[in-house]
Amino acid sequence: MFLLSFLYLLLFVIPEGNLLFASRATESIMDNTNLLWLIPTLPFAGFLINGTLGRKLPRAAVSAIALLFTVLPALIVAKLWLILKADGAPLALQAVSRPWIAVSGFHVDFAFTVDHLTLIMLSIITGVGFLIHIYSVGYMAYEEGFWRFFAYLNLFMFFMLVLVLSSSFLLLFVGWEGVGLASYLLIGFYFTKDSAANAGKKAFIVNRIGDFGFLLAMFLLIAHFGSLDFNTVFSHAATTAAPFTAICLLLALGATGKSAQIPLYVWLPDAMEGPTPVSALIHAATMVTAGIYMVARCHVLFNLSPTALAVVACIGAATALLAATIGMVQNDIKRVLAYSTVSQLGYMFMACGVGAYSAGIFHVMTHAFFKALLFLAAGSVIHALGGEQDMRKMGALRKRIPITFWTMSAGVFAIAGFPFLSGFFSKDEILFQAFTAGTAVGKFAWAIGVFTAFLTSFYMFRLWFKTFFGASHVVEHNTHDHHAAHDSHGSHGVHESPLVMTAPLMILAVLAIIGGIVGVPTAFGGHNEFEHFLDPVLSSGHEVVAASSGTAIALSTVATLAFALGLGLAYQLYIRKPGTSREIAKKLQPIYSLLDHKYWVDEVYNFAIVGSLLNVSRIALSGIVDTGIVQGSIGLLSSGTGALASVTRRMQSGNIRSYAGWLALGAAAVIAITIFIH
Amino acid sequence: MSTNLLALLPELVLTITGVLVMVLEPVIPAGKSRKPLGWLAILGSLLSGLAAFYQLQIVNAQGTLTAFYSTIQIDPFSIFFHLLIAAVVLVTLLGSLDYFESPITHAGEYFALVLFGAVGMMFMTSSVELLMVFIGLEISSISTYILAGFRKGRATASESSIKYFLLGSFATAFFLYGVALIYGATGSTSIGPIAAGLAITRTPTMAILAVAMVLIGLGFKVSAAPFHVWTPDVYQGAPAPVVGLMSTAPKAAAFAVLLRFLFNGTPMLHGHWILLIEILAVASMCLGNLGALKQHDVKRLLAYSSIAHAGYLLVAFTGTHQNAVAGACFYTATYAAMNVGAFLVLSQLSGFSERIRSIEDFTGLALKRPGMSALLGFFLLSLIGIPFTGGFFGKFYVFSGALQNGHVWLGIVGLANSGVACFYYLRLLAAIYSRPTSDSVAYIPVRKVTAPAAVALAATALATLGLGILPNKLVHLVERATPTTTAAVAVQPTQQ
Repeated sequence: MFLLSFLYLLLFVIPEGNLLFASRATESIMDNTNLLWLIPTLPFAGFLINGTLGRKLPRAAVSAIALLFTVLPALIVAKLWLILKADGAPLALQAVSRPWIAVSGFHVDFAFTVDHLTLIMLSIITGVGFLIHIYSVGYMAYEEGFWRFFAYLNLFMFFMLVLVLSSSFLLLFVGWEGVGLASYLLIGFYFTKDSAANAGKKAFIVNRIGDFGFLLAMFLLIAHFGSLDFNTVFSHAATTAAPFTAICLLLALGATGKSAQIPLYVWLPDAMEGPTPVSALIHAATMVTAGIYMVARCHVLFNLSPTALAVVACIGAATALLAATIGMVQNDIKRVLAYSTVSQLGYMFMACGVGAYSAGIFHVMTHAFFKALLFLAAGSVIHALGGEQDMRKMGALRKRIPITFWTMSAGVFAIAGFPFLSGFFSKDEILFQAFTAGTAVGKFAWAIGVFTAFLTSFYMFRLWFKTFFGASHVVEHNTHDHHAAHDSHGSHGVHESPLVMTAPLMILAVLAIIGGIVGVPTAFGGHNEFEHFLDPVLSSGHEVVAASSGTAIALSTVATLAFALGLGLAYQLYIRKPGTSREIAKKLQPIYSLLDHKYWVDEVYNFAIVGSLLNVSRIALSGIVDTGIVQGSIGLLSSGTGALASVTRRMQSGNIRSYAGWLALGAAAVIAITIFIH
Repeated sequence: MSTNLLALLPELVLTITGVLVMVLEPVIPAGKSRKPLGWLAILGSLLSGLAAFYQLQIVNAQGTLTAFYSTIQIDPFSIFFHLLIAAVVLVTLLGSLDYFESPITHAGEYFALVLFGAVGMMFMTSSVELLMVFIGLEISSISTYILAGFRKGRATASESSIKYFLLGSFATAFFLYGVALIYGATGSTSIGPIAAGLAITRTPTMAILAVAMVLIGLGFKVSAAPFHVWTPDVYQGAPAPVVGLMSTAPKAAAFAVLLRFLFNGTPMLHGHWILLIEILAVASMCLGNLGALKQHDVKRLLAYSSIAHAGYLLVAFTGTHQNAVAGACFYTATYAAMNVGAFLVLSQLSGFSERIRSIEDFTGLALKRPGMSALLGFFLLSLIGIPFTGGFFGKFYVFSGALQNGHVWLGIVGLANSGVACFYYLRLLAAIYSRPTSDSVAYIPVRKVTAPAAVALAATALATLGLGILPNKLVHLVERATPTTTAAVAVQPTQQ
């Protein structure tokens, strides 16, 4: 780590120096350009300092460094807002270094751009990120590897900021993989815990499948545009004959990996093995929205392919529904939130699929508020209970941890769609856009969206009731040893979290309540400012249908009904007649079992993909002679190894001869192909 | 300085140093450290790198140099490989100074053999006459045969050496036969005249056969499937620093010969050999990656990984001429950086005894050796192909070249393979960063990393990182390296 960080330092400082020097020539924009470079560089500096010296520093110093290098980018972003307000014109800042890669026929600059879309993303990342950093100081206070945690967290911030700042696919991909790496490190933070290490591995591998799509899309773009620069590609898109459907579907495959959509959503629930602030920051507020951001960024390409858009919409709707149904039966508080995240990401995907990119980004923002809040509040509950995550062992906590209760309630009501809270406006906007998109897919997505809204309301209130109301099932003086080491400090009964943790909760609660104000549609007397703000970036292609405010209000009423129904059902099942839920589960055993086992998707994937890969590997080994020690102890295939071992043993005798035989056979094949094919 | 001397300057420096090391070896009393010889060898490889650099200045000023009746050609292409080979040798020597710090290991011979091997590899890259190439190939091969068995007194070492020798000789025969056939078809064994002769040959089948034979012989050297069978066994038995060397430098040299031969010697047969290249590439990628999935021995795992990487490198050959050469050169360089680095870490971890072998042995390594684990992790990430490492840009360059030239399916197969590959790299990585399952970690001796080894490790890590963040420098160098056909023009002006 030490050495590596030092190397990083060397290699990043050198180009940075050049950049500063280069931009000095252009006096007028120097100021703002340097600001852009600084935004990601600062968290990186934090990573370097904590990564190299953190081990020896006191905890206070480590957290001070981490916080300082996170608040500064937030301040710079605030400065960018001021510049925007002062100028009045649409913001478009660019910072370009020397060419990064210039190959014949292909050229990429190392360049950052800030436009309105990026500015929104920057604000979410730095703002919510900073709050979560503060919270982590309290949450992680008694953990081993405190410095390591904050170093990784700052590293994540660096890559995430690079991702949204980049002005080319290639640099975006660097950020894209970088956040994946940081996520891997943070999920596996408790690396002596096997489940955490495995979850990290799973996230990594599943995302590689998405990357396959992303990379292939990039190659196709190079082949047809000779560039990976956003401006070049998007401005030539309309006049270039390229396989847009293929490119967009491949990009969408990449997005399904990072944003946890069908078929690649399986890693996100497992990622909850990481510390709770990580779940809040990476697996709810920021990283997982990178796929939505990417699709919105590439809306020019997607608009050229109705097929790809329809696929995106369907994937989004299906994921929203599937994840919500699984979320209904989970008992681990973090897992409920994880499936809820997958489901909400589905809404965002759906929005992009019906061409309502700004509505999708709007939901990205409100979701960042309320889901970060929910995770942090859940963390506070877990903290209060000394590491307990099972909702069946909670209950009646509202009086005992009041701040957590009230703030979490704000989050629950916001996500469930209580009228005029942030989630209500953004979800409504998506449903409205889907309904008025004028396509069959749009109507279909709307129907699923409304039903999912009902499910969302149900499982969120289920969580709320089970945790804070009813009878207490808390095991008092709970000292869950193995968990205690991770999530608390050997608790002395249930206790409210310290201010350093509750303050971020309160701020996020306020945001979750009023955060929707920027996007109040005209039907409710607002001006839909959020959408207009994004117009300079996302306006092309999709024309907003001027539906009557009557339709809008009618649709909102339907959504509100779905909310009320969910709330009512949850109240009936968990407060008025607790125990009914168990009876229903018993009656609908097959369905319940299906949901409880998450539709057996993990098992199917394991069998179909991992299993078959290992099988092929075994065949490849025994067929192409591998006499070394072959052991099939990866778990699935142990039964076949006895036979295999005997095969390999037989082969070991005289293997030089057989090797030579294989060589000759290969040579003969090559010669035969050469002569006979042509 | 005469042109002839200048053209062979790096090889000469290495040869003289190698001979000096051999001569001085008996002077040092038995039982005394052989380190001074190591330092001498290091100095030699450094000087030979500088000599190659000097050649670059000359070539920049005067254009391509030819020497020894146009059998040796010094152009940016050969200089690139000279520099690469010198760098790999330098780093390997630095990393193995302490590895062989024991009187029974014949360290003096080791240092000399590494240098002699490098002479052969450099010869291969600068020679445009297939018989000279053959001599270079033999010099480099025989040194590596011996080096592979350098952990003397161990059964696996002798097995490794013997297997490599027998199968290697077998494969060399193919190469030689190919040279003979090409002479029969074109009346020459020089790259330029071969190209010219192919245009008027009356025995095209013989020429095609010759290309296939050469491909088989060199395919063995780069461990491309289906000629890869020796690789896992040999790598497993050979000393870790030697594996780092032999999995990169001789392969780079063989790829250089292949590039020159195919693109400059037999461009007319492009339609024929491109199919073979595709088949070899797909077979290598698939068999390498699938074979690696179930390996437990880390050196075997990396052996399979090197087969797969040979496949990725062959994908580069499907690009346009310029793209192919640039892509292949870039990939050889990045692969050299990360693979030598990975094997350096292995050699530093367990030393000459190589007691830490299987993935289980690595379980929980991070707790005991955080620095080494981070480095190994970094090299593994580069082998997977994560951005901001050289491995990413290597793959990116190669695959985008293939796709641009219309080999879409090859690109897809390659990308899918690099996806599969992350399974096994990650298995090792996850083992390193997990809870120790047994007492495995307890047995890992904490060997202090000495200064030379630290320099070597830093150099490889820096190179891997630098190629990922600022690839442009090398890209420009390798783009210039497209082998020119100057020799052909000189000998057969009428053909132009």
